Amino acid sequence: MLKFSDEKLAEVEKIIQRYPQGKQKSALLPVLHLAQEEFGGWLDVPVMDYVATLLSIEPIEVYEVASFYSMYNLKPVGKYMFEVCQTGPCMLNGSDNIIDYIKEKLNIKVGETTADGMFTLKAVECLGACGYAPMMQLGKHYREHLTKEKVDAIIEECRAKAN
Amino acid sequence: MGKKLLLANAHVPGIRSYEVYRREGGYRSVEKAFKMSPADIVEEVKKSGLRGRGGAGFPTGLKWSFIAKPEGVPRHLVVNADESEPGTFKDRYLMEFIPHYLIEGMIVSSFALGSNVSYIYIRGEYAWITDILEEAIAEAKQNGFLGKNILGTGFDCEIYVQRGAGAYICGEETALIESLEGKRGNPRIKPPFPAVKGVWERPTVVNNVETIAAVVPIINDGGEEYAKIGIGKSTGTKLISACGNINKPGVYEIDMTISVEEFIFSDEYCGGIPNGKRLKACIPGGSSVPILPANLLLTTAKGEKRMMNYESLADGGFATGTMMGSGGFIVLDEDQCVVKHTMTLARFYHHESCGQCSPCREGTGWMERILKKIDSGKGEMKDIDLLWDIQRKIEGNTICPLGDAAAWPVAAAIRHFRDEFEWHVLNPNACLLRNYGLAHYADPVHVPASA
Ligand SMILES: Cc1cc2nc3c(=O)[nH]c(=O)nc-3n(C[C@H](O)[C@H](O)[C@H](O)COP(=O)(O)O)c2cc1C
Ligand code: SF4
Ligand code: FES
Repeated sequence: MLKFSDEKLAEVEKIIQRYPQGKQKSALLPVLHLAQEEFGGWLDVPVMDYVATLLSIEPIEVYEVASFYSMYNLKPVGKYMFEVCQTGPCMLNGSDNIIDYIKEKLNIKVGETTADGMFTLKAVECLGACGYAPMMQLGKHYREHLTKEKVDAIIEECRAKAN
Repeated sequence: MGKKLLLANAHVPGIRSYEVYRREGGYRSVEKAFKMSPADIVEEVKKSGLRGRGGAGFPTGLKWSFIAKPEGVPRHLVVNADESEPGTFKDRYLMEFIPHYLIEGMIVSSFALGSNVSYIYIRGEYAWITDILEEAIAEAKQNGFLGKNILGTGFDCEIYVQRGAGAYICGEETALIESLEGKRGNPRIKPPFPAVKGVWERPTVVNNVETIAAVVPIINDGGEEYAKIGIGKSTGTKLISACGNINKPGVYEIDMTISVEEFIFSDEYCGGIPNGKRLKACIPGGSSVPILPANLLLTTAKGEKRMMNYESLADGGFATGTMMGSGGFIVLDEDQCVVKHTMTLARFYHHESCGQCSPCREGTGWMERILKKIDSGKGEMKDIDLLWDIQRKIEGNTICPLGDAAAWPVAAAIRHFRDEFEWHVLNPNACLLRNYGLAHYADPVHVPASA
């Protein structure tokens, strides 16, 4: 049975306390973030159904939210996700070259995951780091002022961490 | 040097912590505000002339005075930290480096509005900033500035941070409210306005991060003092996030009396354009506002120097002017292609349309496809007219202003750079290899830092 640890359940309880009585649905976005972190980086249907039970809402209310926001993955993703910004300001500073370089280096297209399940490449829209372009999001943090050398180093870093 | 308020202490080591922030004079405005009545605080904010820093520039004091006060119904302050407009990264800077500034402003504003539970809605990608804010909130609480009976005044206030999950539209205030309720970010039809029925149908004020931070100096120094900074209806200071082809991208606090030319070329701010290139164009207020070619950017159609304030940037309307918007300042040098840049923006708006209204849902998709076609050398002359037609049909025909925000950049690009679009159509091979330079270049001007 799919279930949060007691510690995570306590966290969910704390989140629900932020809202007025009966408005626990407001906890949906934060709890989906937790669920995605806990259950393998994406939201499978049983995970969403579990979240619905936790918040006493209908499963459809979870599905419609999970499919609306770009940070929720509805399909499995690699262990490390490179989310490279491609919007105007980053483009002015060469984000296209960075995306091409990662494609070549990992031998995947945008939206694909490497065969070993290590890396997923995504082209995303502005992440609020336009002055530090080109940039990508990797997990909880941003990697900014990207160059080919930096990309190489990041790939190495991820591989080392995974071993 | 212009006057600094929000970033005056940004470079003090350790300013992120409560201890250093407090030592440098932090939280004085809370102590002062509690000696005033909520109505007095609203009055000071009105006197300050502060205008919303989220993009629309609506007077903050006036907005606050609209909040409904039905008996027995709680009210809420919600800070908009969704910051997703391309070119804009100023709120991030403030929250990341001086988080207590926002918390301080929120306590005063919550007191003024009668909000006992206030929220910060932050874009989901700013995950590490969420941690920074939660740490700052915990510190403020330990020191008696949040929680029950703050400083013995009987006023209770809690602040919670809510993370979004990747959706530009959630920066629109009613979409933000829907999202805070755990729903898709579909904007609501107004009225009712949030001030009457906002989150959980309760009266709600939604304000930008920078707006709420500005309440701190307004209370410390008084609204009249604040209004003395700047010019005309552009009072106080403004954070500008500068990016694109400039030597010193970053976040700058300006008082609104400097010229655009000084902002771009002086060493105190952007430091000019790299590699001795010329200035081609600029989008001065975030991706939604009209792009201007260099000549119109530096000098208004009347021949006056264009200044970095609400009125001067808007001078000439959309025909020859632009907008202050969110302060996301995007600079394009002579090698940049306006067609391609506009295409990335059209792609952005298409991606971010919530899909409720057909002109926006369909129109943004059409604009992206046509711009991609022209950018890749497959465009026809009639595509340019079609593009013009589509943006006109979106503007003003949608539930929320995202439709307008998507239409304006396309309209301005065609208005000012139509020859560049035509050149792409006439030179399908060359346009893949190099950009077409237009005749509106401005040569680099060196403005000394002391100017
Ligand atoms: C599509 C769209 C996106 C917006 N994004 C933001 C945003 O990220 N941050 C923000 O403060 N305001 C944003 N706004 C403006 C808000 O709707 C609202 O006017 C603002 O938060 C009010 O705060 P202010 O008066 O302090 O500026 C956006 C508006 C629209 C239409
Ligand atoms: S204008 Fe676009 S984003 Fe706004 S409500 Fe309509 S479809 Fe949604
Ligand atoms: S355009 Fe890439 S972070 Fe803003």
